[in-house]
This record gives sequence, C-alpha cells and structure tokens, in this order.
Amino acid sequence: MSVRVALHSPTGSRSFLERGLLLLVMLIFLEGTVLTLGAASSPDISAQDNTGGGHDRRDDHRGIAGSHEHTNYTYTKKAFPVLSLDYHHIQVPFEISLWVLLASLMKLGFHLIPRLSSIVPESCLLIVVGLLVGGLIKLAGEEVPPVLDSNLFFLCLLPPIILDAGYFLPIRPFMENIGTILMFAVVGTLWNAFFVGGLLYAVCQIEGTYLSQVELLPCLLFGSIISAVDPVAVLAVFEEIHINELLHILVFGESLLNDAVTVVLYHLFEEYSGAGEVTPMDVVLGVICFLIVSLGGIAVGAIYGILAAFTSRFTSHTRVIEPLFVFVYSYMAYLSAEMFHLSGIMALIACGAVMRPYVEANISHKSHTTVKYFLKMWSSVSETLIFIFLGVATVAGPHAWNWTFVSVTVILCLVSRVIGVVGLTFIINKFRIVKLTTKDQFIVAYGGLRGAIAFSLGYLLDKDLFPMRTMFLTAIITEIFFTVFVQGMTIKPLVDLLAVKKKQEAKRSINEEIHTQFLDHLLTGIEDICGHYGHHHWKDKLNRFNKKYIKKCLIAGERYKEPQLIAFYHKMEFKQAIELVESGGGVKLPSAMPSQVSMQNIQPKKLPPAVAERALPQFTKGREEEIRKILRSNLQKTRQRLRSYNRHTLVADPFEDGWNDFLLKKQRMIELEKKMTEMSNYLTVPAAPPDSPTMCRARLASDPNAFYNIKASSEGVPTIQVDLASPQSPDSVNMLNEFSKRGATDQGLGQREGATRDEDQGLMMKPSSAGKVEKGEEDGGNKNPGLMRCLSDPGPSNEDEEDEPFLP
Amino acid sequence: MGSTNSTLSKIPNVEELMQETGFTPAHIVRLYDRFEALDKEKTGHLRPQDFGAINRLAMNPIGDRIIGAFFSPGQETVDFHSFVRTLAHFRPVDKKRPKDPSMPEPVNSRTSKLKFAFQLYDQDKDGKISRAELLQVLRSMLEMQVTEEQLESIADRTIQEADLDKDDAISFEEFRKVPPARALRLTYQHGAFAAQGTQNTKTCKVHAHRK
Repeated sequence: MSVRVALHSPTGSRSFLERGLLLLVMLIFLEGTVLTLGAASSPDISAQDNTGGGHDRRDDHRGIAGSHEHTNYTYTKKAFPVLSLDYHHIQVPFEISLWVLLASLMKLGFHLIPRLSSIVPESCLLIVVGLLVGGLIKLAGEEVPPVLDSNLFFLCLLPPIILDAGYFLPIRPFMENIGTILMFAVVGTLWNAFFVGGLLYAVCQIEGTYLSQVELLPCLLFGSIISAVDPVAVLAVFEEIHINELLHILVFGESLLNDAVTVVLYHLFEEYSGAGEVTPMDVVLGVICFLIVSLGGIAVGAIYGILAAFTSRFTSHTRVIEPLFVFVYSYMAYLSAEMFHLSGIMALIACGAVMRPYVEANISHKSHTTVKYFLKMWSSVSETLIFIFLGVATVAGPHAWNWTFVSVTVILCLVSRVIGVVGLTFIINKFRIVKLTTKDQFIVAYGGLRGAIAFSLGYLLDKDLFPMRTMFLTAIITEIFFTVFVQGMTIKPLVDLLAVKKKQEAKRSINEEIHTQFLDHLLTGIEDICGHYGHHHWKDKLNRFNKKYIKKCLIAGERYKEPQLIAFYHKMEFKQAIELVESGGGVKLPSAMPSQVSMQNIQPKKLPPAVAERALPQFTKGREEEIRKILRSNLQKTRQRLRSYNRHTLVADPFEDGWNDFLLKKQRMIELEKKMTEMSNYLTVPAAPPDSPTMCRARLASDPNAFYNIKASSEGVPTIQVDLASPQSPDSVNMLNEFSKRGATDQGLGQREGATRDEDQGLMMKPSSAGKVEKGEEDGGNKNPGLMRCLSDPGPSNEDEEDEPFLP
Repeated sequence: MGSTNSTLSKIPNVEELMQETGFTPAHIVRLYDRFEALDKEKTGHLRPQDFGAINRLAMNPIGDRIIGAFFSPGQETVDFHSFVRTLAHFRPVDKKRPKDPSMPEPVNSRTSKLKFAFQLYDQDKDGKISRAELLQVLRSMLEMQVTEEQLESIADRTIQEADLDKDDAISFEEFRKVPPARALRLTYQHGAFAAQGTQNTKTCKVHAHRK
C-alpha cells in the first residue's frame, strides 16, 4: 500500500512519508483489530456467542470461572497475580469501540489518498474495507461475527442518520414538492414491489431454473424488500455529487417516505406467506394499515416534537443538558413508533422537523452547535459502520448463489425503476409548474440506490418460514453492491456529462429573503382577489396560526414576536461579522486609502464584496479617544470579577478557547492602534481594547443584537454597552447597536439569536435602544475581533451548510 | 358550454382580450364571474373599495399595493379588460412561443412578470427602487414591529447587495439578478379539471417558484 502511495503522490516527499506512515499504522492496527475480533469470537472458556448480550456472557463467564477457581483452590494456592489479562471482562464495549475506531480511521484514511476519494464514493470504499476485514477474520480462522444484526441496525445504527436528515430537512423545498415526493414514494414503491415480485415469480416458474418451489407470496415479499430506495445509500452518494436542490430533495424525500409503504408490505406478505394467500379483505386492511402506519408515525413524531419544544422553553437555567432533550425525545419518538409497528422513520422526521423551529429559538447558541455537531458525528459514524458491516456480512454469508435469480433481480430492479419513474413523471408533470425534464428523470431513476435497510429486512426473515432466505439474502446483497458500486461510482461522471444543474453555492442574501416574502404576500393577495383558496392561502393561514398561538406556548420569553425578516437579517450580519473578524483581525480600512497603511498582517481572506465597499464612518479624534477610554475602563473592571468557573454555566469556555489567540491579537491590536492614531481623518472605529477577554465571555453568540451594523451614511458615536449579568457591575458602556432587544423566532431558518435574557450567565452585551445612542451608529468592522473570535465553536467554516445558512 | 358562450357574448371585445392575454374562454368566463361578484353595484367597473371589501386582502401587508397595480395611473376604476390584463401576468410562461422580435413582449413572459413585481416596489414609477421606497415596503411587511434604525439598516444592506452601479437605488436590471438562477416565476395556473365559473373557483392554483 505504501508503494501505491509513492506512485500517486505528486506532492513532496515529506507528505508522502506522512501518508505512508499513517497507512502503515492503520494496517497494523487493522491486523490487530482483526485478530482481536477474531479471537474474541471464538469461544474461550466455554461456548459463548459473540453478538450482543454482554450480560449473559459475563454471567456465564463468571459462573464458569468461579467453578474453575473452586477446583483450582482445592489443589494449590497460587501466587498472587500481580498483572493479569482479563479480556472477557471488557469484551463487548471493547469490541464496539474497536469497530467505531476502525470505521473512523478508515474514513480518515480515504481522504488522505489523493485521487481515490474523488473517483470512488466513500460508501464503496467502506464496503470494500468491510470485505477486507471480514476476509481477514475468516483467514485468521475465526468465525466472522454476525455484526449486522437487525436489532443493532434498526435500533442503534439507523436512528442517528434519520434524525440528522429529519432535523436538517429543508422544509420549504420539501413541502413545495410534497406531491411529487409522495407519488414517487408510495406509488413508485408499490409499482416496483409488484413488478419485481410478480416477474420474479414468473421467472421462477420457468422450468430449468430449479426455482419452482419459490411461491408467489415470498416473491412478492422479496420484491417489497428490495424495491425500497434506501436513505442511507442515497445520502452517502448524493452528498458527494452536489446536485441541485430539487433533485436532491426528490430522491431523498422519496427514500424517507417510502418507509411506511415498505413496512406495510413487508408485514402484510410476511404474515400471509404462511397462509399462502391474500384475500381482497387483506388488501383493504393493508391499505388501512398503510394509512395508520404513516399518519400514526407522523403523529407520534409530532407529539414528541412538541413535547421537546415545550421542554426547551424552560431550559434557560440548565443549558448544558439542552442537546440531550433533542436527542432523547427524538429517539423516544422512534422507539414508540416502532413499538406499535408504525413507521419509525417518519416519526423521527416529523419529530425533528416539528421541534426544530421552536427548539432553536429557545436553546442557546452553544447547544445548537452541539446538537448540530453531535448529529453529524453520530450519523457519520453510523453510516460508516453500516457500510463496513455490510462488507463483513457479505463475507460471513451464508450464501446460496443462483445465477438466474440474482441476475433477474438486478435487471428487473433497474427496469422497473426506470419504467416507474418515467411513467410517474408523465402523470406528475401535468400538475407541476416546474416540469421534470428527461435529465431529471434519469437522475431520479439512476439515483434509486438500495442499501442496508433491505439487507436488514431480509435478515429478519424467519428461516423456517422462508427456506429460500439465504438465496434472498444473496440476491439482496448483490443488488446492493450493484447499485452502490456501479450506480454510485458512475453517477458523478454522468451528472457532469449530462450537465445537470448543480447545487447553488450562493448564499442567501437579504434581497432574496425580502423578495421571497414579498412574492408570498403578492401571490396570497392575487389568490384572494381571484377568490380562491390555494396553496398560498393555506400557507398564510398556517403562518398566522403559528404566530398567534403556537409560538406563544413553545417559545420562551419575548422572542416569538420577532419577524422572520429581522431574525434573518440579524443572522446574516452576525455571520458576516464573524467572517470579517476571523479573516483579518477585524480591521477594515476604507478602500480609498490602502496605500497609506501597511498592515501586512491584515489580509482579509474572504471579504464579502458588499462589506468591502461600505464606506466607513468617520469620527473626530476626541470622540474616539473617549470611546476607547470608556471601553478600557469598563472592561478592565469587569474582567477582574469574572473569575469563577462553574461547570454549569458554560461561561468560561470561550475564554479558554480564545485565550492564546487573544494574546496574539492583543499584541497586534496594540500595534494597530498605534498606526491608526497616526491617521487622523480616516480612522475607523477604535481597535478592540486589549482587555477583551471579558467581552469574549459575553454570550454574543446567543445575542445577535449586540453586533454592529455598517451604514453608509451616518454620523454619531458608537457606544458600547456592556451589561453584566452578574449583579456586581453597574458599568455600562453603550454599544453602538440600535437594535432593541428583540426576540428571535424561527420559521425554519435555524437561527441562533437569543434575546437579551438575563438568565444567561456571564457577561452580556445588551444593545441600547435608540434613545441612548446619539444617532444610531455602527461600528466598523473592527469591532471586537477577540470578542467575535472567542465566540461559538471554531467549526470548519467551509462546512457544507444545510439549507439554511448557519453560523460556522 | 352553452353557458360559457352566453357569458362570453356579454363581454365586449372578448376575442381581442383572449388574443392579447392568452387566456382560454373558460378562464375568461371564470374571471368574469369573479369580476361580477366583486362588482357589487353592477356598474361594470371596480373601484378600490370593491377590492378593499375582500377581507383577507385587507390583512395582507402589501394589499393596497396589489390593488393599486390593477389601476392604471390616473384611472379610478378598473374595467374587466384591465382586470384580466393585470391577471394575465400570472399565466404560466408559454415555452413554445416563437421568438418574434417584432411582436411586443407577451404579458406573461418572465420579463413581464418581473416587471410587474418591480412596479409594485417602485410606486413612483421612476424605474428605480429608491431607498425610501424600499423602506416603505419593509415597513409594510414588517408590520411596525421593528424600529426605524433596524429598517434602515436592512434597507441599506439590501441596496448595497443589489446595487451594482452604485446609484443607491435598485434598477430593474439589478432587480432581475437578485434571485439566484434568475428564475423567478410568478405563475397562476388553472387546474386541469375546470369547474363551472362559481365565485369560489377552487380550480385555480397560484404558484410562485423560485429555483
């Protein structure tokens, strides 16, 4: 492997060496892992199986060991064991951690190999790794553990992925296309299931295939298992091809919503496979069951979502456990739905989507970040594990290969998918305004990937009822491999070849937001003039209802009143402030005079053009000095008081994070200040006072009202107001911000605003209301670089954002 | 169809209207029925008060602007032709229209739709959305819940983002560029299953799609 790296790395020898070393380390680790896993799977003291049930094993072990020891003790007194190895004690958690570690290291490794990750989608690589691991275990002579246990899969591995998808589901495009999505999900899946199942049965009946013992119902069952598009696989592959939003939401939405159909069909056929026939009555019951499963799932999810939202209203004093509520309520929703055999996936989606606007308005910025990152982390690990386990399970077998069955399955799946998509699109396009083109149809058809859900469902089948279970499993695995490898690998070049529209990289601007709202109002008005209750009419009604009643209940404090536009604007300004600070130390010079000041350090990396063009306010020197003095004096004082660190208040965190950076910045700021004082006329707002760590502590992150605003033409003095939440300091320096404290609400925008809530611990910067400021004025970009920097988490800023812009 | 024809015959110059706006006879009839329903005093013209009688429109933040869009400058009433002509902006775009430079731009082309929306912003019709006009729009949309300064900063930022020629106002060209992919569509589509032209025609669908 290191040789290959040598061949492929165009960069210097040093990085090659690093990579080579890392890969070597991983290989060794892999070997170690495999051997450990292999060793673990074989019975040591007595017959113990490897899956789950750590308790049983441990009890077993203890019991047996006890008896051993008893027998031992009757003979001799052993020397006291100074150091002993007791693997079985920690076996289960150890293995789990080992798998997770393996998965993560693999993920790391792929991105180190330069070209591999662009050619082959990650999912393929992970399956290959799984195959390797499985192979190694087998080679080592041990029995491969049946890792893709259905319980493990459905209860542990799948929920994080679905919750991640549901929580960050872009509601607007989803709702706009809901008709299309439902058509594909319900009708498309039904069509696929019956087409594949029926034709397979017909093929099986052909003489010479030795398959005539496969009856109709098992075939239909098989068809229903294999026809469902898998959200995990779709997510994994589509994430990398950056396709436009419409197609993404269509395929992805379909993969989520077809769960209800799959559940019903699966149970229906499984139930009646024993009996051997399905009567029309059963079909009717099936339809009713479908409605109950889907609507029930959504209802369960919505209830838990509302509970979560309601709970989050009261969490202002215990911010540390806020993310926990999000996770636990969602998981409970999933489990409750599964308990009644309702659609767990739809429950999760509903829970996440319902709770999000309200929870985000209530929880602190840090909690929001935590939720986001935990969800991403868990779903990523889950996904990786799923694919690896798929590989391992493939090696584990058992397999019953039947050329006819498998090849017919693969071909039929593809054919039925294409026919289904084309046929449905023909019907759907009559009702759509934005029609689906042939290219779109192709991508939708080609993107119908199967994945681990199909495998797990197959695995669940009873061996006795379905003697051809192994054959089914083999076929399912082959189909999964085919879709993931062949379709997954080729979809990216095809997308490029067909020049399918890609995802828009442009950020949402305030213009767009205003126009969107304007148009909504316009169309609602036109609908009213025409006297019709259309799409917009109902949406408008829902919004009003939401505003009037629901938000009052579920959102803490005064924040429910804030109009969406304002909240959006705050968020944008805030984001820009952070960008500015992170990119260049926060000093902005007017474009008129770049030559007069040589600030080598200050090179803004990605200054948004709009910001760079803004004219900066001009102050008289005296004013400036005043401001600086006030800042310094106040902040110095407050700093001394906030020494205590309390684990439950999260106050000191940013302080710790930013301190080193802070010192550097402090240094720079002092230099800057000196330079700036030389330029009398063009000075922008004063450099951040050196004692900004306290400002750092301000929960600016949750208080967007404290940021500044740059206006082209105003004069006046920015004043900074620092209102300490701690009772000791009466000092206040008025902050330039003219925004009054407004609540933040959210309509699916995923914001981080928080009102100036006094219950927040730590230093808070409250904006002054307009009256206090001489004339609403804004600060230059120079605000408090340290302040901004110390905020929030230093997440990767080029992270792919979900639909709504979210603070990095 | 008999009733349709009889209704059609009541409308003067209906052929010309259909030609100009591209509505089908069924649509015209439906609109006519709605027009008559709104026109409570049967004068054949609509006045602002008639529009104002629509309750939901009164709740709409930009309701008065929409009403204003129906009235040509200087006119105080709207007759059926103007009514239909204004609503024609919302027809789906004809994809197959041959590009004939000699013919005027049809009413429902993308440009016309955008222009219609633009005119709603630009009340004084000077071809630009000035800062003051933008402020007015914001004020009406935000329903008095925010302070002046907030509004002003939003307006400033909006203009900064969109204003490419630095004249501190948004011209139509700049306006067109705003929505990403420039595919702003205002479309009002009649459902495939047309009902009789009753007052509450439930067969119409109004969509706005931004891609």
